[in-house]
Amino acid sequence: MLGAILRRVFPHPQLTAFLVVVWLLLVNTISVGNLVLGVVLSVLIPGITQPFWPDRPHVARPLRAIEYVLIVIWDIIAANVTVARIILFKSNADTHSHWIVVPLELRSPEAITMLAGTITMTPGTVTAMLSADASHLLVHCLHTDDPDAVRDEIKSRYERRLKEIFE
Amino acid sequence: MGLVAEIFISFMLVVGGIFGLLGSWGLVKLDDTMRRLHAPTKATTLGVGGVLFASMAYSVLELERVSFHELLIAAFLLITAPITANFVAKAHMHRDVKERELPPTGGKYGWAGYDEIGDSEQPIDTK
Repeated sequence: MLGAILRRVFPHPQLTAFLVVVWLLLVNTISVGNLVLGVVLSVLIPGITQPFWPDRPHVARPLRAIEYVLIVIWDIIAANVTVARIILFKSNADTHSHWIVVPLELRSPEAITMLAGTITMTPGTVTAMLSADASHLLVHCLHTDDPDAVRDEIKSRYERRLKEIFE
Repeated sequence: MGLVAEIFISFMLVVGGIFGLLGSWGLVKLDDTMRRLHAPTKATTLGVGGVLFASMAYSVLELERVSFHELLIAAFLLITAPITANFVAKAHMHRDVKERELPPTGGKYGWAGYDEIGDSEQPIDTK
């Protein structure tokens, strides 16, 4: 009985907690009034938008997600420098762009979305398309002489970690 | 505010400006839509990041209060930038890229923009 009521009020507890944090960051001052208003909003919004969230992403190891975020932030900084150097010092004829096919082991839509976003933000690669049965990812690489190595790095560096986080 | 802090904040602003400029320059210089996508999705992230970092350092060192807005801007930017890039890439491929120009998927079905799969077999919505 109590469980049913709790599920009714908090259909998506992680989203509620996340919205409270975002609200406090938005108002930029932490006070009791803001906290109460944030909690009220964070209970109302998931309740109203519940029909849009039929599935709950299952996060098996949340702590691994922190490690993943740090690695990705570092890679984004490295990616910026890499791409900046290609833009500055390589002529268009010298830039060897390739399409790369990455076979996916991930199955959950959230994990695939995370992987696609990560690939876009990190060194010299942009996600372009998913195969119709969601088993392969089409990636465009700005400059590489060894497309297979890029594919293997995506799989070992990002996909393996996402698999640990989500499955 | 100390001289060191001023130099640090100015340095972050200049770094941010340089990367923002490089991202725009890449957009002009590169010659293919897929290549062009690389410049604004990456170089610009660090451009905005540098300015946001300078802004946070300024409010901590000069105004002596902690500001969280920059963190939010960075988070929203990191979430939206790849989605925009995916949209542009997909729109470009629908218009200008033929399926035979792409490598085969290696699986049973083709790429989502060119191939269809029955609703019952569909593991996730790829349309």
